[in-house]
Amino acid sequence: MNRRTTISFAECTARERLALLVDANSFHEWLPPAQRVTSTHLAQLGVPSAFDDGVAIGHAQLAGRTVFIAAQEGEFMGGGVGEVHGAKLVGMLRRAITGTERPHAVLILAESGGVRLHEANAGLIAVSEVMRALLDVRSAGIRVVVLIGGSNGCFGGMGIVARCADWVVMSDTGRLAMSGPEVIEASHGVQEYDSRDRALVWRTSGGKHRWICGDCDVLVEDDVMAFREAAIAAISPDGDSSQPRPATLITLESLEQEHALLTARLALLPDHVVGDEAVALWKLYGLGNAGDVAEMNVESLLTQRPTGSQI
Amino acid sequence: MTDIPVGLETLRFVFAGHRPTGVFAPVLVGVVGSGNLEVLLEPREGSGCELHIETSARGFGSIWEAVARDFHERHQLAGIRVSVNDMGATPAVVSLRLDQAVTELVL
Amino acid sequence: MNWNELATALFGSDHTIAQEGDFLTGTVQFDGGPLAIIGTTNHAPIGVRLALKQARAVLDTVAGHPGCPILLLIDTQGQQLRRRDELLGINRAMAHLGMCIDLARRSGHRVLGLVYDQALSGGFITSGLIADACDALPEAEIRVMRIPAMARVTKLSEATLTALSKTNPVFAPGVENYVAMGGVRRLWNGNLQEALRAALSDAPTEDTRALEGEQRGGRNLAADVVRRVLAAA
Repeated sequence: MNRRTTISFAECTARERLALLVDANSFHEWLPPAQRVTSTHLAQLGVPSAFDDGVAIGHAQLAGRTVFIAAQEGEFMGGGVGEVHGAKLVGMLRRAITGTERPHAVLILAESGGVRLHEANAGLIAVSEVMRALLDVRSAGIRVVVLIGGSNGCFGGMGIVARCADWVVMSDTGRLAMSGPEVIEASHGVQEYDSRDRALVWRTSGGKHRWICGDCDVLVEDDVMAFREAAIAAISPDGDSSQPRPATLITLESLEQEHALLTARLALLPDHVVGDEAVALWKLYGLGNAGDVAEMNVESLLTQRPTGSQI
Repeated sequence: MTDIPVGLETLRFVFAGHRPTGVFAPVLVGVVGSGNLEVLLEPREGSGCELHIETSARGFGSIWEAVARDFHERHQLAGIRVSVNDMGATPAVVSLRLDQAVTELVL
Repeated sequence: MNWNELATALFGSDHTIAQEGDFLTGTVQFDGGPLAIIGTTNHAPIGVRLALKQARAVLDTVAGHPGCPILLLIDTQGQQLRRRDELLGINRAMAHLGMCIDLARRSGHRVLGLVYDQALSGGFITSGLIADACDALPEAEIRVMRIPAMARVTKLSEATLTALSKTNPVFAPGVENYVAMGGVRRLWNGNLQEALRAALSDAPTEDTRALEGEQRGGRNLAADVVRRVLAAA
């Protein structure tokens, strides 16, 4: 089998990921860096701005299909969503519905700590505007795919936004959660969550765990081409249809199903299990070799059939 | 005692350029992360090479000047604006990033 | 004001809103029609369990009471900061609650939020901020994060953040800042029943908060950036 060279998705900048994910040279950026659409809130705190306020947005081709795409730069302010950053995402999402060209799908390469704390209130409102706009896109029948693989993970309000999408792709390097381990440790102590225990952090929020539980739909290796293939698969309809693969509509039925799944999960892990809760949960999801998950590569793990997506 | 930060330092250097860059699409390299910087190259009217720097690392004006001069010595570009957002990169990283940007310039 | 005082002032002392731990639920009559009440108290930390309780109440309203408006009574310290909740996907449970409220909105239920004490972060994103509109009592506070934790993450000192919280609208937790930024629609300053009546009668169905922030002068960039993206070549 031909083993091509992998390019680490985690080690790429947002722009590098974007450029490599879409069809070559097909990315057209809206509000590019030269337009200097930047935050006005940072300089007063002695923090430099970024010309694109940490997110690149635009349209591109993916396997010949038009998509709208955004890539968050995790190295700038932890990928935090500020007023301008959030508005760029909202603009892209709105344009998908109201613009002259309807994309096959909207892709978000998410790497973010959530609300940009340096913009506090403005960031909090911005995140919720992104969430509303994303749900509008789905309501209009356009698929939203979130791809998570940056080393900063996808946390906070963006962790909520990610789970509002139709489809989530993660690498084992990626993390998806709400509160960061440091914040939990600061709040309830190191016994509660040792933020420096990397293995624990990844058992709690990493791609493998999320895949086993069904919180991400696809698990890939930390490889840009693997993300590209997963993105293409995510937007491709079954068969030879040239029509876009529609969004999964959110209905009372679908939410009742989701509710049942999450309620069952809550009941699944007995309260008295402490310590190795992740491994216990994976066993309950049908993984006979749950204790080996941490050492398993993605390829091996994918041969397992966990029951996390079923009720 | 409050210590609201005093803001960024802004620096500007203009040199007489020699190698015209002509019209080109803006080039962006780097990321504004800790110890890092982003560099944006754009065409500029006239024959000067202008460097415009915003940095959170205050008080290093003379080092920036030296780095800027060295950069201009190496490339001698004319009709270009080099804009930098810096978050405390070392002079070596700054020079690297500036050169990297020029490499990406399709002249 | 505690939730029961608020509920009594709005609906009378015989309101049937029940408190179960930190969770509030009930259906009241207001201006001759039913109003579903869903909320939290005791500055509730929202874990998976409480997020699902609230979601259940929203789903029951959508399934069982077509067209019934929903009032979210908000008093929360944000998401529960426990590893177990993270393991079990609190972000997914919160997204689910948000999507339930969003479905209610799209299914003909007007959803209003009212911050009657405090709201933080994830607890607010999945309540007031996903409603048609969110109002607040004048003494309420809304924050992203408590200052000590914020200091750790931002590396700005607690003293700096405390000072900014007093002087800078982006940091100040008072709800009047949220009104100026468009995040909160209006404050309930006078008669509470009048305020609820007004809120129910003019709840928007589109997200106009960025425009309101621009009109009110509290958020000067967002609406313009959105317009620019829509118009970009």
